[in-house]
Amino acid sequence: MSFSTFRFGDGNPQYDAQGRLRHLLNTEGLREPEMLQILDTAESFLSIAQRSVKKTPTLRGKTIVNLFFENSTRTRSTFELAAKRLSADVLNIAVSTSSASKGESLIDTVDNLMAMQVDGFVIRHPEAGAAHLIARHLGDSALVINAGDGQHAHPTQALLDVFTIRRLAGPIEDRVVAIVGDVLHSRVARSQIHALSILGCPEIRVIGPQTLVPKELSALGVHVYHDLQAGLRGVNVICALRLQKERMESHRLPSLDEFHRRFGLTPERLQWAQPDALVLHPGPMNRGVEIASEVADGHQAVILQQVAYGLAVRMAVLTLLAGAAGGGENHA
Amino acid sequence: MRRIIRNVRVMDPGDGFDAVTDLAIVAGKIAVRGAVAEDFRADEILDGTGLVACPGLIESSLQAHSPGHGRDGDLASELQAAVAGGVTQVVLRPDTQPVADTPAVLREQQLLAEKLALARVQVSAALTTGLQGQALSEMTALMDAGARVFSQAKQPVHSAALLRLALSYAADLGLPVMLHPEDPELAAHGVMNESGLSLRLGLPGRTAVAEQVGIQRDIAIAALSGCPLFFPHLSTGGAVAAVKAARKRGEAVRCGVSIHHLLLSEQDVGFFNVHAKVLPPLRSLAERDALRRAVAEGDVAAISSDHTPWGVDRESMTFIQAPFGISAVECLLPLTLRLVDDGLLGLMAALRLLSTGPAQALGLPLPSLQVGSVADLCLFDPEAAFTLNPASGASRGRNLPYAQWDLRGRVRYTMVEGRVVFRG
Amino acid sequence: MNADWDVTTLLEGMVRDLRPHVDPEQTAMIGIFTGGVWIAQALHRALGLKTALGQLDISFYRDDFSQIGLHPQVRASDIPFAVDGRSIVLVDDVLYTGRTIRAAMNEIFDYGRPANILLAVLVDRGGHEVPVAADIAALRLNAAAGGQIKLRGPDPLRLELLTSPRTAS
Repeated sequence: MSFSTFRFGDGNPQYDAQGRLRHLLNTEGLREPEMLQILDTAESFLSIAQRSVKKTPTLRGKTIVNLFFENSTRTRSTFELAAKRLSADVLNIAVSTSSASKGESLIDTVDNLMAMQVDGFVIRHPEAGAAHLIARHLGDSALVINAGDGQHAHPTQALLDVFTIRRLAGPIEDRVVAIVGDVLHSRVARSQIHALSILGCPEIRVIGPQTLVPKELSALGVHVYHDLQAGLRGVNVICALRLQKERMESHRLPSLDEFHRRFGLTPERLQWAQPDALVLHPGPMNRGVEIASEVADGHQAVILQQVAYGLAVRMAVLTLLAGAAGGGENHA
Repeated sequence: MRRIIRNVRVMDPGDGFDAVTDLAIVAGKIAVRGAVAEDFRADEILDGTGLVACPGLIESSLQAHSPGHGRDGDLASELQAAVAGGVTQVVLRPDTQPVADTPAVLREQQLLAEKLALARVQVSAALTTGLQGQALSEMTALMDAGARVFSQAKQPVHSAALLRLALSYAADLGLPVMLHPEDPELAAHGVMNESGLSLRLGLPGRTAVAEQVGIQRDIAIAALSGCPLFFPHLSTGGAVAAVKAARKRGEAVRCGVSIHHLLLSEQDVGFFNVHAKVLPPLRSLAERDALRRAVAEGDVAAISSDHTPWGVDRESMTFIQAPFGISAVECLLPLTLRLVDDGLLGLMAALRLLSTGPAQALGLPLPSLQVGSVADLCLFDPEAAFTLNPASGASRGRNLPYAQWDLRGRVRYTMVEGRVVFRG
Repeated sequence: MNADWDVTTLLEGMVRDLRPHVDPEQTAMIGIFTGGVWIAQALHRALGLKTALGQLDISFYRDDFSQIGLHPQVRASDIPFAVDGRSIVLVDDVLYTGRTIRAAMNEIFDYGRPANILLAVLVDRGGHEVPVAADIAALRLNAAAGGQIKLRGPDPLRLELLTSPRTAS
């Protein structure tokens, strides 16, 4: 199946009938001007963190709910801070999946919150498509931002990654980017691939063992490598992925050490890429597994910048979606 | 009751009869197939102008959730849907709650069906207790309670050794066995076809290879005992080819395909459309086309709607949570006419795949409109065009991916043993 | 007299009016995107201010944000000096409802607490909806409601009038 034969079976629910971006569910299907507007707006928000009052009144009076069905400290707190810096009120709700499975459906949970006049939801859920389900249900009545749905998508992470690349590695149109690790189970990788290709990245590579990087990934327009050295040759940007311990239990890998032996990013292996290639990681890192500490703490790593940029990107996304929700133009 | 249908196009795949003429039905049997005399006494005369009369359709797989909790339909609602679709005979799936693995369940189903007096109901019994694939069900007792076929519904038998025993035991009883061929470990927990598309959506994939591995095993094991097999829902060209090869060797194996696998593909999953979640999963366009070729070349015995209704609750579930299945018995005929419009089949061949084909595969009496045959028949207007509205059906199921499809073919009368069970 | 406005002349008037109020060593200047920045650049040069020019994009501070959404091009606000205790000249091209100035002052106060703010505009066209007044205006008009006055630029700067107003005096 190639990219071009894919058709939108039942419409992309992140757009309304007029084609305006109402929800951010994935980077897939975003139009280039929209993505650029998000990134450019994020640039403006970057400077706000330097002021004595790190807040704008943009979302004053709005209520944003962080609805998390999966544990996450980092993503939840950056979304919380982003909304608060825009002067929104923030409600954090952590639903353990066990209590969700006991009765109340996802839709009922959302409807209950909607009865309290909520303006937007930031949703993380362990199942692919959960944010789509909610967005389809809510339509124009509230904005939905997908903060990670199963193995499907994590658009704000991907946007902050391309923001990082654009700022620190130069124009994406002439950078070769490699994504290394467990691509099969990674929502980050999927969203990165779409974001990079929309911004005109000339070559996206995915590198890992065939059990975690299946050949069918080439359907997403990427080059598949099962050998780290070949995959890193000439690369300007390396996006490492977090390797989850569960992969051992499902026999996709013999051991963590074995993974590190073949695909761990070490200072020596970094030299296979372009000099000064940028190293990104979405966190949290497994030091000594997918990335050696010398690399994680080295001058080529931009992992902490990613966190700072993540805040600005999430402020930008909230602002743009909230602006569109008011009936405004989404000048893309 | 004596009934005449005048000036109707009679199409009988039983013997290939195709002419515009009359039918007379007396005492539940076809009395005349041909010009009926003017003075023939009748209680009702139906004008068949523009209509086609064919043997009633046979649905080889109907989930009525009966016994069950009733939220997603029951025997009454789903048989109503069946007769509205021109179906006069259905085989109930055994994966009810509780599973149809005891005579009590089968008797309850038959009693209820008798009371409803809609379509004819054939009960299928679980091949293994609880469909778990761990112990043989009491097949003789189940046969005595009315089972005409043994089935594993959508559960493969995990152990090849147990499957061998089950098929050998069933072979003694002379009843066919319906299997869902799939290697369970390769299939794992996949919810859609494994491909670039499942990777794109981050959904667990179900590889087509699991079906091909499964069917090779099942056919080889069945050959040991000579047990007649029917695979009602194959989804890959490779699996159909395996059945064809076995038939060439003289083995008693037949296969069917669901209409969904002939009209849709994995691309209809789009952005997590739960209505396109079905088992086996919708495959690639290439597999769909291979199945269409196999149907055109006569390698497939039956087309089924694999009717599996789910109520509105399913719409608030994620793709992973939602149960498999499409509710479509009501539009099986118009959907199949799409294949005729696409030039894949003639109308007669299409009707054969919906009536005589499944009867043969299931070892049921062959339906026919010849004089003396039981008057199970369907009268439909092949040119009546309509736009499908999932909310308007008789079925409790709202789960079909054909909303807003423009179709043709409306059932006007469905008769079981000469009795009108549906008027449209 | 529509076409006769000479922006250069108007700017000269503003410089003349501003000069008594600024100390080139101390006073800072902030222009509001887009036209205000053009005017501020000219004034900043003419007045010889030593502190680098600041610029504001008030998009995130607009009170009509939830009705009209975000402008297609948001630029980063940049105030390259400490605001606390500073005398600031805030510059915009056209003063109309006063809401932009309110938003700009909110934003300035998020950077710090200035000693005082002076508002200088090229045109005060009347129609204020909040109690904001220009300390210095090169041109005061009483524009018909709905009329539009727009500064085109940056080179050359040109004041455009889309419906004819009556001059105030």
